[in-house]
Amino acid sequence: MTQDAIPQAQAFERTRTGPDTWLPVLYIALGVALISALLWSMVSGRYQVPFGHVVAILAAHVVDLTPSWTPTELIVVEVVRLPRVLTAAIAGAGLSLCGAVLQGLFRNPLVGPQTIGVSSGAALGGVTAILFFGFDNFVQIGAFVGAAAALLAVLAIHRSDSLSPILTLVLAGVVVSAFCGALVGLATYVADPETKLPDIVFWLLGSFASATWPKLSLLSVCTAVAGVVLLGMRWRINVLSLGDEDARSLGVNPARDRVILLTATCLAISAQVAVSGTIGWVGLVIPNLARLMVGADHRRLLPVSTLMGAVFLVVADTLARDLTAAEIPVGIVTAIVGTPVFAYLLRRNTSSKTS
Amino acid sequence: MIRIENAGHWFRPEHWLFRNLSFSLAPSEVMAILGPNGAGKTTLLRAVCGTLALKQGAVHAEAQIGYVPQALHSDHAYTALDMVLLGRSRYLGRFNSPGRRDKVRAQECLHEVGLSDIAGQRYDRLSGGQRQLVLLARALASDCRILVLDEPASALDLANQGIVLRLIRHLARARDLAVLLTTHHPDHALGIADKALLMLRDAAHVYGAAQDVLTEDNLARMYGVPVRRVEVCAGDETIAAIVPLHGLGRYGGDSGKSAGRAPARRLIGTDTLRHRKRSALLAVRGQMKIRPSTHPANAPSLSPTAEIRPEISSSPA
Repeated sequence: MTQDAIPQAQAFERTRTGPDTWLPVLYIALGVALISALLWSMVSGRYQVPFGHVVAILAAHVVDLTPSWTPTELIVVEVVRLPRVLTAAIAGAGLSLCGAVLQGLFRNPLVGPQTIGVSSGAALGGVTAILFFGFDNFVQIGAFVGAAAALLAVLAIHRSDSLSPILTLVLAGVVVSAFCGALVGLATYVADPETKLPDIVFWLLGSFASATWPKLSLLSVCTAVAGVVLLGMRWRINVLSLGDEDARSLGVNPARDRVILLTATCLAISAQVAVSGTIGWVGLVIPNLARLMVGADHRRLLPVSTLMGAVFLVVADTLARDLTAAEIPVGIVTAIVGTPVFAYLLRRNTSSKTS
Repeated sequence: MIRIENAGHWFRPEHWLFRNLSFSLAPSEVMAILGPNGAGKTTLLRAVCGTLALKQGAVHAEAQIGYVPQALHSDHAYTALDMVLLGRSRYLGRFNSPGRRDKVRAQECLHEVGLSDIAGQRYDRLSGGQRQLVLLARALASDCRILVLDEPASALDLANQGIVLRLIRHLARARDLAVLLTTHHPDHALGIADKALLMLRDAAHVYGAAQDVLTEDNLARMYGVPVRRVEVCAGDETIAAIVPLHGLGRYGGDSGKSAGRAPARRLIGTDTLRHRKRSALLAVRGQMKIRPSTHPANAPSLSPTAEIRPEISSSPA
């Protein structure tokens, strides 16, 4: 039986090359899009830096160049814009990756980083830090502590031996989010409207305006660690997405893998929240768009989603900076772009189910 | 190859679903588990697969177990080939993805269930029968020696039931698999099973060779419905069939009189039923001309003309 199976398999291999051949093209296209978006973001803004000068300033790190740029341009690109666009790219990549992972884990395309309560936990931690210590490094520590506490609370409410573990986990996330939201509301109510409140509100809405090199390094280390774990376990996420019963019968321990994956997502999300406040919709919408393009297989979905998220948030941040004279918080831009796309996806999902 | 000793389980304390249950399976043996809804069939399967800890007894499996769930959930947008590849996960580390050899193995398994040509199609767009076969291929891809199937033919149409059951029997023989399956169709158990376990009410059970255990009395006791076991001859093969006497049959001409009467009072004799079933089957195959039965009460429901105008032709007046 196996002798005649192999030629069949090879014949099939030839016919299947379709999606596999255009996949590298997609990766290259997304890479090019990301680099273009980063360059465009560094060129445009209140202080226009010529494209050639941006490239020259960046290239000067690698090769010896006689400066053709002004000192102001150097400062704008190196100190202000470069950390900011890189922060936006890494935050977008991390959020979309986490969103795709969570959607796979919970078998629900309408799940996002907010759903398991980590975002709101991190926000609560950050707000508490601003309230008591002011807007500095404590925000990052507070966000980490808040996110971890929220995750622990969710895992404590959730019981893996309950009748529907997936549902209880999502509901536990809703409970923790609601609790954190109430406390954040309380914090903004009691905050000093002269000194603390503007900081809190601006930070909660999400912005990359305060991006600096130290914040960027914190974000990139956390996102890199989480990214290696999440992308490494991309096949395991396929297995877990079948459900606990199926995963167990396929020889995989779902509980342990889920804890590893949730901890990694918690790390990436809390780092993002600490650096740039809560930015919604990216982790919900981008994985869905990626799924439309490359299908549900997480081996393809995760990397594509990561790249698309990076491009999307860089573009969104550039628009937030340039659309109006005063800067709009990027969380508002992602919500304005994200909600209609999400509405479309919702409609499309429900109509394809019924047909 | 697999031995269950003295198994027992309950969900509410001391309300035993089953207890003192012992059986064993050798390679290339097929065993069917039958029982009414809620008798604990699926619970027993979960215990066999090791995903549920029994309250009593032990399961000794000497080889890898492959589990085939019912193909009810269809929301997985993976390709059929990826679904089969998931069967290889057992052999992959946490940070590994399947490689070329896994892919070849998965393709072999898809070929073995006859689905090579749909490998690239999405699982959630396949028919119920195809999905069941893909899940079967997934279990095969895990290189199991023991195959456990939860109602493999329940959601399928008549033709697909035959395809899946024949394939299971073929796999048991060709690959020396020990096969354990649950079913609600005693016919299926009679068709492919060597052994049968009937899970009765009050934690009782009957276990033995399928042909000996699946008797009219045992089945009637299990389901609480009288049944007849009949043999249908078609060509050179004899097919055993179980016919439940639900009272859904037709009662000859006096339809007015029979209305409201308890069906059990109008049970028909085994031989009449055998004759009916056989002639109906042969008529479908075009091998036999249907003649109205000489028995006056049975005539209308057998005659083709009666199908068209039963009430008129069957009137005793």
